[in-house]
Parts: sequence; structure tokens; C-alpha cells
Amino acid sequence: MLTIDEILETIKMVQEENLDVRTITMGINIADCAAVDAGTTGRKIYAKITRIAADLVRVGNEIEREYGIPIVNKRIAVTPVSLVYQGESEEDYLIIAEALDQAAAAVGVNFIGGFTALVQKGFTPAERILVNTIPRALAATERVCASVNVASTKAGINMDAVYLMGHIIKETALRTADRDGIGCAKLVVFANAPEDNPFMAGAFHGPGEPACVINVGVSGPGVVKNAIEKMPGADLGQLAETVKRVAFKVTRMGELVGRVAAERLGVPFGIVDISLAPTPAVGDSVAEILEAMGIEKCGAPGTTAALALLNDAVKKGGAMASSYVGGLSGAFIPVSEDAGMVRAAAAGALSLEKLEAMTAVCSVGLDMIAVPGDTPAETIAAIIADEVAIGVVNQKTTAVRIIPAPGKKTGDYVEFGGLLGRAPVLPVSRYGASDFVRRGGRIPAPIQSLSN
Amino acid sequence: MLGRSNRIIVTVLGKDRVGIIAGVAQVLAENNVNILDISQTILQEFLAMVMIADMSASRVDLTTLKAQLDAKGKELGVRIDAQHEDAFLYMHRI
Repeated sequence: MLTIDEILETIKMVQEENLDVRTITMGINIADCAAVDAGTTGRKIYAKITRIAADLVRVGNEIEREYGIPIVNKRIAVTPVSLVYQGESEEDYLIIAEALDQAAAAVGVNFIGGFTALVQKGFTPAERILVNTIPRALAATERVCASVNVASTKAGINMDAVYLMGHIIKETALRTADRDGIGCAKLVVFANAPEDNPFMAGAFHGPGEPACVINVGVSGPGVVKNAIEKMPGADLGQLAETVKRVAFKVTRMGELVGRVAAERLGVPFGIVDISLAPTPAVGDSVAEILEAMGIEKCGAPGTTAALALLNDAVKKGGAMASSYVGGLSGAFIPVSEDAGMVRAAAAGALSLEKLEAMTAVCSVGLDMIAVPGDTPAETIAAIIADEVAIGVVNQKTTAVRIIPAPGKKTGDYVEFGGLLGRAPVLPVSRYGASDFVRRGGRIPAPIQSLSN
Repeated sequence: MLGRSNRIIVTVLGKDRVGIIAGVAQVLAENNVNILDISQTILQEFLAMVMIADMSASRVDLTTLKAQLDAKGKELGVRIDAQHEDAFLYMHRI
């Protein structure tokens, strides 16, 4: 029998510490929707998504009520569009983006991921067209999320793609300039993109996945922070032990929700992503966890070590709690979505360079970072190159979701609202690397890729 | 262990007063929900009460029961929640 203390602990986690399941994401293979023309393909995609995901939101809400666990988002990830349809023009891909947007609206999900191309080793002509369509697609749709995998440990870094993405990000920002470049918040550039990531904007349903699957992303920075705050003076080994225990409990919730959702929807259960995902809500911050550990302001010396401890303890606790762990599974450090990160950046404690260092020891990369609108495309490409190099060499996922906010200068703020939050514009080095990124070509896969 | 039990956990949090247990028990009894265990503790001046109940023979589903308990909570000036037992078992037991 459960004890009253255990029951009250769970209640407290949900009611006071923002414990929630961040997302239930249904992955749907849409490869069978390919037709000879984009219009028919779009209609088939719409029909398939609205049929298979019809009950997703209803079931999510039902579980939320019965189990008393908030489920913040219900989302959909589809097969990378580049693998579904070989378009001949940008108009072709716009039709498909609009079909995805309409399908997401029809089933009531706020984001749908999979406007995606995997080009780590090179482009097909159709993939190049798809990537070039991204700015228009993100400006024309509300719910579609795009991602491009430009590098992997096995393939190396496609520098032509990295350079192109510098331009694509700039153009996406300009096309959504009236909303501070919000299109860039829905565009992720990856190295080693996972095929089963449930978190937006980088979710897609990888080619190795089954026809349909339910993946779950848990959260819980508030729970971890409160646990650490109760341990002033405890040594770091004890902190790690506590974080592990908390991560275990948080992950069990995710596992339960995922399994119940999968059962009720008649779909296989995929994975729990054991990432610590912050939100702009008070107390739901990864930066505040690091500060509770004793870092004066997130970004100060010691931050990377504290984050490494946190990330590792979360993984150890989470891995014991679930039979299937996958996706990104690490602490997220998105700036605009984390009130503590925003404060640290505004105070000048947290720089782009420190964030880059932090991504070497956690998930997932330079995330939701606003930079001045006049940052050159070549510099953005060089930032992407640095970040994906960390992923490629360390055999981990890294990503860049950066917003060159049109008309904004260092110290200004961008406002996206909701879960995307707000952020100060961070300074970027005034020295560039345009000759480097313009060389193009492919940076060879590192020696550690030769693992066979 | 998933979905095999029909047991729920009812929690009541709020300022202690006369009639809280009676009020909650009345809602459960009217719906033919059997109370298996009750425990309570006082946190500062607040009452925290937990009931484990069996819904196997319940006349209503959990969503309806939650709405009724919520209404009773408003009447008594306390917060009443009802959740499937698995939410707690999964977190605290392997």
C-alpha cells in the first residue's frame, strides 16, 4: 500500500513544482502518401494524418484528467517530407507544407514536425528545393516545423548545407519579421538528428520507425530544483544521487502516460525522452537548478561542470525508470524558454560562447537564441559549423535554433509569447569566417566514426 | 500492472473543519465507490487527507466523479482531487 507521504509527494510535484508530461508525440509514417503530383500527395497526407491522429488530443486530455498529470502538448511528427515527395518546384513543397498545417489544425495539435531533409552527406536536387522552400513554408504556415540534418558522426559535415542554412535562417527571419523572426523558432539545424525525438521543433518520424508510434517527452526542472534547494551544503555526490532519484520518478510518470496513451490509441509505444525541458513559467528552469547548486548566475565559471553533473544524473535515473529511453534525452538549455537563462543573459553572465561550451555536456544545442538582425549569413553558418562539430566529434546530437531578429540590436528583446517565451538579443563576435564557410565541401567524418 | 486496478486516490488539501471526511465519503457512497483506506496528516494548520477507493462497482466514470468531488470541495472550502492509483504506483513502486 502507498504511504500518505508518497501520495503527497506526487501531488506536490504536480501542483507546486510544475511536474508535467511535456508532450505526447504521435509519429506517423506518410511515405505511402506519395503520388505523382504534389496536390494529390498533400491530400493523401491530410487524409492519413486526420484519420490516424483523430483521437490523439481527446485521449491525451482523458489521461490528463484520470491520472491528474498535466500533458502540456499533443503533437505529430511525420516522415521527413524529402523522403516522401520529390518536388520539382518550391510550389510543390508549399502545397505539402500547407497540407501538414491544415491536418495539424484539423486534429487540434499545435505543432507538426517533419518538413525535413537529411542532407548530411549531400543534397538530391529535390532536397535542395525543399530546403530553399523552408522560409516561405514557415511564413505561410502556423504549425509546421522544419529541420535539416547537415552532419553526422558517420558522414561528417556537409558544409554546403551549413552555408545554405545560414542564408535560409536569415531569410526565414525576414519573412516573419513582423513577429520578431518567429519562423526561426520552428527551424532546427541538426547533427546526428534522432529519429524518435518527440520534442519540437526538431521532431520527425525517422525512416527506421514503425508505421505509427507514440513517443513521450517528460519535463520536471522545478521538481529537481526544489529537491536541490532542500540540500544546502550537501556534497556534489549527494546532489547527483538526489537528482537521480527525482529523475527516476519523473520518468516513471512519462512511461505510464506513454503506455496508457499507446494502449488507448492502439499504437505501439516508442520511447520516453528523459530530457529536462524548461518553460518560461516561474520555477520551471534549468538555469535555476544550476544556480541552486551554487553557481551565482548561469553562465559563470562552473556552469559547465554543474550542467554535466545534472545531465548525467538525469540520464542515470531516467534510464532505470523506463524500458525504452530515446529521443534527445538530456537537459535542454533553450534561452528564451527558460526564465533563468533569460535573466542570466540579460545580466551579461551568459554568452553565446558559454552556451556553446555547455552544449558539449548536455542536450541539445544552441537553442532559442536571439542574435542581432544584421548578423551575416556567413557568421550564422559558422556558428552552425561550430555547434555541429561538437556533435559530430562527440557522437551526440547537437542542434542550432537561432533567431537573427530583424531590426534588433544587442540588448533588445524578442517576444514570441507562450512556450517560446522572450529573450534578450545576445552579442555575436564581430569577427567572421566567411572565407571558411564559403569553401564548401564536406568535412570528413572523424576517426571515431570508424567503429566497426 | 497497467490498467488492471480500478482503484483511485482521493486527496483533500485545505483548512481543517467539521464534515470534510463525511462530505467526501458521501459523494463516494452515492456513486457506489468503496473506500479501502483513509489516512490523514496535518501540515502546518492544513489538513492533508488521502483516501484509497475502489471504483469497480462505481455508477459513474472517473471524470464525472472528479467533477462531483470538485463541487463538494468548493462547498467545503478545500481542494479535492481524484486520480487513478497507477499515477502513484508507477512513480513509487517498480
